[in-house]
Amino acid sequence: MKSDRKIRVIVAKPGLDSHDRGAKIVARAFRDAGMEVIYTGLRQTPEQIVETALQEDVDVIGLSILSGAHMTLFPKIMELMKQKRLEDILVFAGGIIPDQDVPALRKIGIKRVFGPGTPTDELVKFVRKNTRRRK
Amino acid sequence: MSQIKRLVGNVVKSDRRSIAKTITLVENNQPEAQEIISKLYPHTGKAHIIGVTGPTGSGKSTLIGKLVKELRKRKRTVGVVAVDPTSPFTGGAFLGDRIRMQELSTDEGVFIRSMATRNNPGGLAKATRDAIMVLDASGKDVIIVETVGAGQSEVEIIKVAQTVVVVLAPGLGDDIQAIKAGMMEIGDIFVVNKADRENVDKAVSEIWAMLNMNPDKEKWTPPVIKATAIKDEGTTDLIDKIDEHRKYLKTEVVGMKYKERIETELIEAIKLKAAQSVISDLKERGEFDEFIGKIMEKKIDPYSAADALLTKRLKKYKAS
Repeated sequence: MKSDRKIRVIVAKPGLDSHDRGAKIVARAFRDAGMEVIYTGLRQTPEQIVETALQEDVDVIGLSILSGAHMTLFPKIMELMKQKRLEDILVFAGGIIPDQDVPALRKIGIKRVFGPGTPTDELVKFVRKNTRRRK
Repeated sequence: MSQIKRLVGNVVKSDRRSIAKTITLVENNQPEAQEIISKLYPHTGKAHIIGVTGPTGSGKSTLIGKLVKELRKRKRTVGVVAVDPTSPFTGGAFLGDRIRMQELSTDEGVFIRSMATRNNPGGLAKATRDAIMVLDASGKDVIIVETVGAGQSEVEIIKVAQTVVVVLAPGLGDDIQAIKAGMMEIGDIFVVNKADRENVDKAVSEIWAMLNMNPDKEKWTPPVIKATAIKDEGTTDLIDKIDEHRKYLKTEVVGMKYKERIETELIEAIKLKAAQSVISDLKERGEFDEFIGKIMEKKIDPYSAADALLTKRLKKYKAS
């Protein structure tokens, strides 16, 4: 029997800002690259994002944030993922995130932080390269 | 214990991670899929499977969100399978049904899974039935299946759901649309959503008029419910009607319907297996490519080619 795997991605907006233009463009780029994109909509709590990742059995989580609350919300998300044993999911972030915060975010397991103006094919390449076949 | 046995055991215990992993396995048609389904099958049959269909933008996802909330108030556990279309050009999909249900995602009694059609026609994905089975085996009381935004021929849902809810909205078309075949024939319950808009009564009466043309009075007459999902109006009515329909399904008149569904399931399975085994055999022998060549050169048409190939392969096969 032929197996037909697809890369499944969640594009999520944690926190309270309501600027989802970037998130939607990213979601669209993944769709056009042949991936299955689950879009959660605005104002998601860490619990909602992690639980969605679990139920949808995704390979990747993309977090978009512009509110400045990333140093509070991202560690919470990564902690919950550890609790639920979802560490094998690739996590990256985008939005407005100051350079000085990036090392700390990478340390808690966020693989890459993309700034404004990142070409979408760079994102697609990054995801393709870093999603190994998961069990 | 084998990995599959453990996975199946955990699904039956309603372990969320295992449910999610198992759905992925069946969706991707991985080698373990069939064994898993056969082990889960004895645990299925308890859930009430509700299909929700209707045109794009009629409010299916929003209505399901409210429906699940109300079902949870009534202490029932719920599984949701929400299907959205795969792009025929890129193979990708944007699955956005969850947006209207996100507040439910952290409720332990609810499991929501988005699914892309992967170009399966009819408004559902090929693995939708299997995903329903997994959720059923996990002990959910109710399973709601949302089809893609459907037009007139996306009626696959009747093959998997026990109760079909058709969601419409005012202003989507005149009474001529209501007489057309397809969507209007498959509903056990009709919902006219967005009832705070103009012309809602006209829409309701058109559907009513259509349904009352049905001469078979013995049968269930589909109710038409007005709802405004976004304001949470009409949902309790809808659940009451869904429950009524479930009671009706238990009467003997409709025992047949269940048998019909099992029949379809078997037919689908035979088709799939037969095609798979015949085609892979023909490919191994090189006959497949030989005929492809002949068809391309217009020496034979695909139907005659299929007859010729099958006559060789299946002893009892008679070309019709």
